[in-house]
Amino acid sequence: MHSLNPMNLLRGSFRHGVHPAAHKEQTVDLPIQRVPFGDRYLMPLGQHIGAPSKPVVGVGQRLYRGQIIAEPGAFVSTFLHSPVTGRVIDIGPHRHTDGTFKPAIEIEADPYATQQLPPAQTRDWKKLDITAFIGEVQRAGIVGMGGAAFPAHVKYSIPEGQQITELLVNGAECEPYLTNDHRLMVERPEALLRGIEILLEKLGAARATIGVEANKPDAIEILRDHLSPDLPVEVVSLPVKYPQGAEKMLIKAVYGQEVPAGQLPRDLGVTVNNVGTVVAIADWFDTGMPLIERVVTVSGPGAAYPSNLIVPLGTSVRDVLSFCGGLRSETREVVMGGPMMGSPIASLDVPVMKGTSGILAFTNTETLRPPEYPCIRCGRCLEACPYFLNPSRLARLAKARLFSEMKDYRVQDCVECGSCTFTCPSGIPIVQLIRTAKDNLAHASRKGEPT
Amino acid sequence: MTDKQAIVQLRVAPHLRHAPSVDQIMRNVVYALLPICAFAIYQFGLSALALILVTTLACTSTEQLFCKLSGKPTTVNDFSAVITGLLLALTLPPGFPLWMAAVAGFIGIALTKVMFGGIGFNVFNPALVGRAFVQAAFPVAITTWTPAFAPDRFSEFIPSSLTLPFMVPEPITDWIKGIPVDGFSGATPLALQKFGEGNQDHVTTDNLDLFLGMTSGSAGETSALLILLCGAYLALRQMMDWRIPTAMLSGAFITAGCFYLFDPQAYPAPLFTLLSGGMMLGAVFMASDMIASPTTPAGVWVYGLLIGFLAVIIRLFGGLPEGVMYAILFGNAASPLIGAATQPRVYGTRRKKVPNR
Repeated sequence: MHSLNPMNLLRGSFRHGVHPAAHKEQTVDLPIQRVPFGDRYLMPLGQHIGAPSKPVVGVGQRLYRGQIIAEPGAFVSTFLHSPVTGRVIDIGPHRHTDGTFKPAIEIEADPYATQQLPPAQTRDWKKLDITAFIGEVQRAGIVGMGGAAFPAHVKYSIPEGQQITELLVNGAECEPYLTNDHRLMVERPEALLRGIEILLEKLGAARATIGVEANKPDAIEILRDHLSPDLPVEVVSLPVKYPQGAEKMLIKAVYGQEVPAGQLPRDLGVTVNNVGTVVAIADWFDTGMPLIERVVTVSGPGAAYPSNLIVPLGTSVRDVLSFCGGLRSETREVVMGGPMMGSPIASLDVPVMKGTSGILAFTNTETLRPPEYPCIRCGRCLEACPYFLNPSRLARLAKARLFSEMKDYRVQDCVECGSCTFTCPSGIPIVQLIRTAKDNLAHASRKGEPT
Repeated sequence: MTDKQAIVQLRVAPHLRHAPSVDQIMRNVVYALLPICAFAIYQFGLSALALILVTTLACTSTEQLFCKLSGKPTTVNDFSAVITGLLLALTLPPGFPLWMAAVAGFIGIALTKVMFGGIGFNVFNPALVGRAFVQAAFPVAITTWTPAFAPDRFSEFIPSSLTLPFMVPEPITDWIKGIPVDGFSGATPLALQKFGEGNQDHVTTDNLDLFLGMTSGSAGETSALLILLCGAYLALRQMMDWRIPTAMLSGAFITAGCFYLFDPQAYPAPLFTLLSGGMMLGAVFMASDMIASPTTPAGVWVYGLLIGFLAVIIRLFGGLPEGVMYAILFGNAASPLIGAATQPRVYGTRRKKVPNR
């Protein structure tokens, strides 16, 4: 239904979108804690978008913390590092977060190791040219930390003739429950600004903008306090709205410009980076620590003690939850990522990966499906879709399996943010129908069939 | 784990939802219609009450019957058939023969809704199709008006209400003459305006009376104030698209205003146009029927303006004093076309590239 929210009239946001209850109060004021080292770690070879990494270690081999264990399988792929000092005990199929078995390296931690990183190795980033810098980012295994896990070095590889002028740092964190980016901005503003300094210089961008939703006033204030006059950085407070953290929405919100269909942000001279990614870059150049741990929010009504945690990659969800006091008995669903786009997991033994921003435990109260009715054409989904698609029509076409007709309605532009489904009175799993259609279309085009 | 018995379930994202369910929306529309029904009963007494009950019963039992025949689970409890029943009763003359009202309810649900697949699939507003059917089938009964606030209205029926099935009602002119109500001519404000009375052309009713509902007319169409209040409740709860009534009333106001400016003697004032007849009820509760209106944000404005425009044109130049019903049915028919022509511009694209199919 048409939103009467006066916020929409203000400059400084994208149009449409939804307003889920934030539910961030459980963890927003909790400092980030470190999860102690456990005994087993599982590093899936495909935990980023792109080709899986290729293992460079063998079973039985001793590893130190931060050692390279897998190398990129292609350009769109990245390095993996051992999250602990220990020993490889298996390389083979293991349960992945999507429920399938996928190749992973299993590591047994050395219980007597100190788990210290090798002595700090500051890297002199100032001397690096752009190619060497991109190589370093890949060497650090850094991917987009917002959830998609797209290798960061690919983003920085700008084709000849293009120039990045704007560095946009994504601190929107529009997903309900999640506070990991918020805490990172509050607790590590220096690292964030240092990462921005590195990226600005290496990419040759003119200025940086940190976009933060207005429901994080402390983060905005702390970041503004840390700004230095030498660094062209601006902190922008954005009206609270989902999906503000989607790359194209954030660009629209901050610059008032749309990324033309079929183009990338870099075609506008913009690169968008999550705050976690920028901090990871700072850490690599400051201390030589590759991407072997990340901040994860554990929350939701089913979590006994909601927390913000630094978790070594490869730690099982079970170990993370045990550290937070386990699950309440009414828990019915454990979700990895945010509640709007995250996936439920079939087993608690799957590992935390580079893209895992949250582990949320839900009870039936939050997630019980309403009975499904036929579409009553109320138009709420059209008012919610930030891409101005027609989800009602797309869902009808998907149910009729008219997938190729859905292309005329630009189904490929859907980013699966779930706003349509969130607001549907008929309880139609619109976004799931769209996902199915996209899978079918992708499958058909792989087989070279006319769709 | 604190509890090893926890059953982990798998559901697809998004894991949160925030929307009133369909039956919640429908139930709230019923709530919004109840004050209007109550006013109709207060105004026209027993006959209005019986009319409301009969149409509601006819609509719900038709839906129940067809669900049973097609072996589907019943859909009566989603309240949409109740809305059709209530709306139908409110558009009929209070003394309309009850058996004819039952036929209207049956036709509305059977021909418009269940035949197309039930809720969500009706192309037209079922209540209006039911009314259009009886308008064609029983032209006399549907234009027989009775005065409001008859003193005995709570103790006796309007005689025509109780006509036996398949019988034509006796003329009730003598019954009306026997009622001590001042100046009732057996015509509604719209008819008085259009056809005049005696040797007097274009009799206009006071706008305040129209606004408050102190006139004769269909059972639930008289009080513009009450309809607006009930509509505002739905709009505030975001269970009705406020843009459709706004667009329709604006369309009617602008169209009527143009004619009025052209010749104030021959054409009614725009405010009279808005307050008289079925304009308010049509705009707030019928045109805004989600299922038969376009879904696109631009489309709802086009749709509302079109209906408002057509309603005034039919009133001024058609053979009937009232044109809202046909205007909305026309708008319903046009809404797929309007929807196809007003697909929103997708983010990052310049023009709509959706073909009209």
